Amino acid sequence: MVSEITPDLVRHLGVLARIQLSDEEVERLTGQLDVIVDNIAKVSEVATPEVAATSHPIPLENIFRPDVVGDQLTPAEVLQNAPDAADGRFRVTAILGEEQ
Amino acid sequence: MAKDKLMDFDKALEVYEPVLGFEVHVELNTRTKMFSGAANPAHADNHGADPNTLVAPVDMGLPGSLPTVNAEAVKYSISLGLALGCSIAPSSRFARKNYFYPDLGKNYQISQYDEPIAFEGQVDVELADGTIVTVPIERAHMEEDAGKLTHVGGSTGRIQGAEYSLVDYNRAGVPLVEIVTKPIFGAEHRAPEIAKAYVQTIRDIVISLGISEARMERGNLRCDANVSLRPRGQEKLGTRTETKNVNSMRSVERAVRYEIQRQAAILAAGGTIIQETRHWHEDTGTTSPGRPKSDADDYRYFPEPNLLPVAPAPALIEELRAALPEPPAARRRRLKADWGFTDLEFQDVVNGGLLAEVEATVAAGAAPAAARKWWTGEITRVSNAQGREAPDLVTPADVAALQSLVDAGSLNDKLARQVLEGVIAGEGTPQQVVDARGLAVVSDDGALIAAIDEALASQPDVLAKIRDGKVQAAGAVIGAVMKAMKGQADAARVRELVLERAAAD
Amino acid sequence: MTDLTKLSAAALADKLTTGEISSVEATQAHLDRIAAVDGDVHAFLHVSEHALDVAADIDRRRAAGEALGPVAGVPLAIKDVLVTTDMPSTSGSKILEGYMSPYDATVVARSRAAGLVPLGKTNMDEFAMGSSTEHSAYGPTRNPWDLDRIPGGSGGGSAAAVAAFEAPLALGSDTGGSIRQPAHVTGTVGLKPTYGGVSRYGAIALASSLDQVGPVTRTVLDAGLLHDVIGGHDPHDATSLSDAWPSFAEAARDGARGDVLKGLKVGVIKELPDAGFQPGVSASFRAALAAMEAHGAEIVEISAPHFEYGVAAYYLILPAEASSNLAKFDSVRFGLRVDVPGGTVEDVMARTRDVGFGEEVKRRIILGTYALSAGYYDAYYGSAQKVRTLIQQDFATAFASVDVIATPSAPTTAFRLGEKIDDPMQMYLNDVTTIPANLAGVPGISIPSGLADEDGLPVGIQFLAPAREDARLYRVGAALETVLVDSWGGPLLDRAPQLLSSSEHGGAR
Ligand SMILES: [Mg+2]
Ligand SMILES: [Zn+2]
Repeated sequence: MVSEITPDLVRHLGVLARIQLSDEEVERLTGQLDVIVDNIAKVSEVATPEVAATSHPIPLENIFRPDVVGDQLTPAEVLQNAPDAADGRFRVTAILGEEQ
Repeated sequence: MAKDKLMDFDKALEVYEPVLGFEVHVELNTRTKMFSGAANPAHADNHGADPNTLVAPVDMGLPGSLPTVNAEAVKYSISLGLALGCSIAPSSRFARKNYFYPDLGKNYQISQYDEPIAFEGQVDVELADGTIVTVPIERAHMEEDAGKLTHVGGSTGRIQGAEYSLVDYNRAGVPLVEIVTKPIFGAEHRAPEIAKAYVQTIRDIVISLGISEARMERGNLRCDANVSLRPRGQEKLGTRTETKNVNSMRSVERAVRYEIQRQAAILAAGGTIIQETRHWHEDTGTTSPGRPKSDADDYRYFPEPNLLPVAPAPALIEELRAALPEPPAARRRRLKADWGFTDLEFQDVVNGGLLAEVEATVAAGAAPAAARKWWTGEITRVSNAQGREAPDLVTPADVAALQSLVDAGSLNDKLARQVLEGVIAGEGTPQQVVDARGLAVVSDDGALIAAIDEALASQPDVLAKIRDGKVQAAGAVIGAVMKAMKGQADAARVRELVLERAAAD
Repeated sequence: MTDLTKLSAAALADKLTTGEISSVEATQAHLDRIAAVDGDVHAFLHVSEHALDVAADIDRRRAAGEALGPVAGVPLAIKDVLVTTDMPSTSGSKILEGYMSPYDATVVARSRAAGLVPLGKTNMDEFAMGSSTEHSAYGPTRNPWDLDRIPGGSGGGSAAAVAAFEAPLALGSDTGGSIRQPAHVTGTVGLKPTYGGVSRYGAIALASSLDQVGPVTRTVLDAGLLHDVIGGHDPHDATSLSDAWPSFAEAARDGARGDVLKGLKVGVIKELPDAGFQPGVSASFRAALAAMEAHGAEIVEISAPHFEYGVAAYYLILPAEASSNLAKFDSVRFGLRVDVPGGTVEDVMARTRDVGFGEEVKRRIILGTYALSAGYYDAYYGSAQKVRTLIQQDFATAFASVDVIATPSAPTTAFRLGEKIDDPMQMYLNDVTTIPANLAGVPGISIPSGLADEDGLPVGIQFLAPAREDARLYRVGAALETVLVDSWGGPLLDRAPQLLSSSEHGGAR
C-alpha cells in the first residue's frame, strides 16, 4: 500500500483526536508517520480474508456483573480533581461560541 | 434565524412520498448502570438525586477504571428484542464509538456496532381507526447514556451563547437499548400518526415488560425521527434529516408533519435537503438545524477490548421468551373485553396513549369506567393545557386513590378535580392534598341541616312549591346550600335532606 | 547488621517472620537508600510519606499475634501507571500532574492487604509509551549499571529501583515488553503474566487488549511471591481469568531445587536471526542455552513465521487502543486544563491535549486515530487483529513440540540516553522479541543471562510458555537462575557498580 500521509491528513487527525497541532508539529508528524506507516502497512500482506480477527488474546464470553449497587464515589471524590466546579458539578467554558 | 417556509401538508403529499425511520432510546430501570455498580437514576428509587451522587469511577472515565456488564440489563435487552420480534444474536459484542463531548466521561460511548444483540424484527402498530401498520425493525442494541449538561448564562439554558456549562455524570452510564427501524414506506398522509402510534407502541411494550419507567418527560424514552421525501415515482431515497430527542408522543407527530412540510417547500423551490440533525422546539412547533454531518463524524468504531462477547444460551432466550407479556394487539383485545368499553371509549384510551395508565389504575382498584374517565377526561385536559404528557402528570396509583375517595363519598366530582390539580402540582397524594387543602365534603348532617333551614327561611315560597309536588323547586335551595358550604357538600345528600325537611314540617 | 537493602524479598520476609528485623527497619533502610542514590537514578517520581507508618502498623499487628501473609512488612515500589489513593498517580504525564485517585488499583489494594509497604511511585515513559523511560514528562531514569544509559521502558523506574537496591519488589506493567525489556537492561527479573492473570483495574490503560501488570524483582522467587499477592480473579476486570492459580513462589522454589531442566524442550525461533542482535546479546543467549543443555535440556529449533509481523501489528493495535483510552484526558474532570481566552470547551480541550501530552504520546494518538479512521480500519487495525490470530497459531504450533520458547529478551543492551529518541521506528524495533507474547496473551519472563562482552552490560533471556502456564516460567526461570548464579559465584547485580550517594555527587539533579 502506498502511504498517503499528508499534512492535511495529519491536521484532520489532530481535529479528530482533539489535539491542536502547531504547523511545525504537523510537519514533523507527517514525515515520521510516513516512515512508520510504510513499516506497519505490511500487516496486510498476511491478513488474508480467511484469517479471523482476534480482539481478545484469551477468548471468554458472558462475563457479567450482578445488578447490585457498589463502587459508588462520594460527590467529594467525584469532584476532588476537578479543574473547575460549581454547584456540585464540573464547570467547562462555553461549548459553542456565539451564534454566527 | 429565518422562519422556515412550509408547504401545505396535503399538497406536499401529492408531490412527494415521505419515508420514515425512527431511533428510539429506552432507558432501562435496572438497579445499577450498564457498565458500573453506581445506582441507576432511571430506576424509580433514584429520581431526583443530587448531581454527581450516582457516579462510579468508570462513569466519569477515571484513569484506570474498567467497565463491567450488568447481567440484568442484558436480560432486559433480550426480552425487549424478543418483544420486538427480533432474532437474538448467538454472539454480540460491544464497541467503542469515539467522539469528544464534555458529557461523555471517557470521550467514547460503549455501544454495539456491527454485532447488535437483537436484529430483524417487526412491530404491529395500531392506528386510531384500528388499522394495523407493521413497522420493520432493523436492530436493537445495548449502550450507555451520557451525562447531563446545563448551560448557564447568555440566552438562558441555550447552548448558543452560554457563558459556561455544568456537567453532571449521574446519567452517564444509564443502560440504554436503542431500537432502530428500517425505512418505513407507504406511510403517506398518515406518516405523523404512524410516528406517534409507533412510539406509543414501544412505550406500551417496555411498560408491559417492566423494564423502563418509560416517562418521556424524564427522558426515559427518547425518539429521533428520520424523515425524507422523494418525488412520486422516484426509486432513490431522498436526503433525510434526523430530528433529535422529541420528548413527547404528540411532539413526534408534530415534528414529522413539520419536517414533511418544510422539506417539501425546499424541494419544490428547487433546493436540496442537507443531511443534518435537527432539534425540535416544543414552544414554537418548529425544528432548527443542529450540526451538519461532516467528516468529523468519524466515530472510529472498534471492538471494546475491555468487554467480552455476549453469547446468551438458547435456554435463557427461551426462558425469557416464555415470560414475555402478550403482544400489544392481543392485549388490547383482552382489555377491551375485560373492561366492557364501547369501540369509541376504547379508541379514546388507545389514541390518548393511555392504555397502560388505565390498566394500572384498574389494577390499583378503580372501576374501569372511572379510570377511563379520569385519564381521557380531566387528566388529558390538563395535559393539553400544560403541554405535558398525561402519564407524566400523575401516577395510576394516585388516580385510583382519588377515585376511592370519590367512591367513599368523601369527595364529589368538583372537589376531586381540585384534589387532582393539587396532586399534579406536586402537593402529594390525594389524601395529603385533601388534608392540606381541607377539601373533604361535609358529611355532618347537623351542619347541612342548619344551612338548609337558613336557605328555606330565606325562600319561604320554595317550601310550599315542594309540598305542592314541584320537587324541582328544591334546586334553588340545594344551590344555596352548596354555595354556603363552598361546594364541600355531597349534593345528593343535601337534596335528600331538603326533601326530608319539607316532608317533616 | 547486614545491609537490609541487599536482601531479597524472600530473605527479608524470613527475617521479618522470625522477628529478627522489623518492617520499620526494613522500610527505613530502603528510604535511606532512596535518599542516597535516587538523586542520580531518578527511579521514583514520588516517595511515600506514609511508608514508615504503614511499616509500624505491620510491626504492631505482628506483635499482636495477627496472622500476616508471607511477605508482610516487605517494601514495595509501585509503577506510576497504577492508581493509588495516598500518592499522586501521573502515568509519567504532565497532563496528570498531582492527580489523586479516589480508589486503589486492585493490585495495590491486594499489596496493601498482604502487608507490603508502598515506598513510592516509580518513573516511566509517559503513559507507558516507550522503551527507555526518556519519554517521562518528569525527566529520565538512569540505568544503575551506567548512569548515561537508559534503564529500559516503559517501566524503567521500577527496574532501576530494584536494580539500585531502592526496593526489593516493584510492580510493573507490560504492554509490549515494559516489564521484560527493563529487566533485561538492568540485570533484574520481570514477568508478564498470562493476559487476564492479574487484574488491570486501576492500571491507567495504554492498550487494553495488551496490558498486563506483573512483578519486577531481583530473583525469580521474589517475582513468584509478589505474583501470588497480586494475581487471581478480579470481578472489576471483565477480562480477568477465574482460573485457580498454583502458588508461583512454590513453583520457583520447585525450579530452584529440582531437575526441571532435565528433558525440558526449549524452542528457539529460527526466524529470529543472530544478525539483528548485538553480538554480546547473542553470545550470552547461546551460553545460557548451553548451560541448560548441560543440565539436560533439549534445544529444539521451531518456526514462528508470523513473528516478523508482530511489531507492525503491535504498532497498529497499540496506538489505536491508546488513542481511545487517552481521550479521557480532556481537562473537564481531572488533570491539566490550559485555558484559551475566549475559546470554547473544544478549544480548551485541544490546547490542553497539545500542551499536556508529550511528543511520543501525540505521535501514537495521531497514528492510532489514523489506523481506526473511516476507510483505513480494514487495512490497518483489522489486518493487525488478523496478524494476532496468526501469531497465536504460531505459538500453538510451537508449543505442541516444546515446553517453553527462549529468546534474547531484547536485541541490544542498554543504549545511551538520547541515542534513539529522534528515531521512533528504531525505538519500536527494540520490542521485537517481547511483543509476540502480548499479542497472543501468553506469559513471558526475563531473567539475567550474563553480561555482554563488548560493553559489560546486563543481558536477559526470555522464556515464553502457553497461556495459563505462568508456573512453568517460574520453574524454568528459577532452575536456570540457580545454574547461572552458581556459575557466576553470586548474583549478577553484585557486579554492578556501587552507586555513590547523591550528596557526594552534588545532590539531586
Ligand atoms: Mg443513533
Ligand atoms: Zn444511541
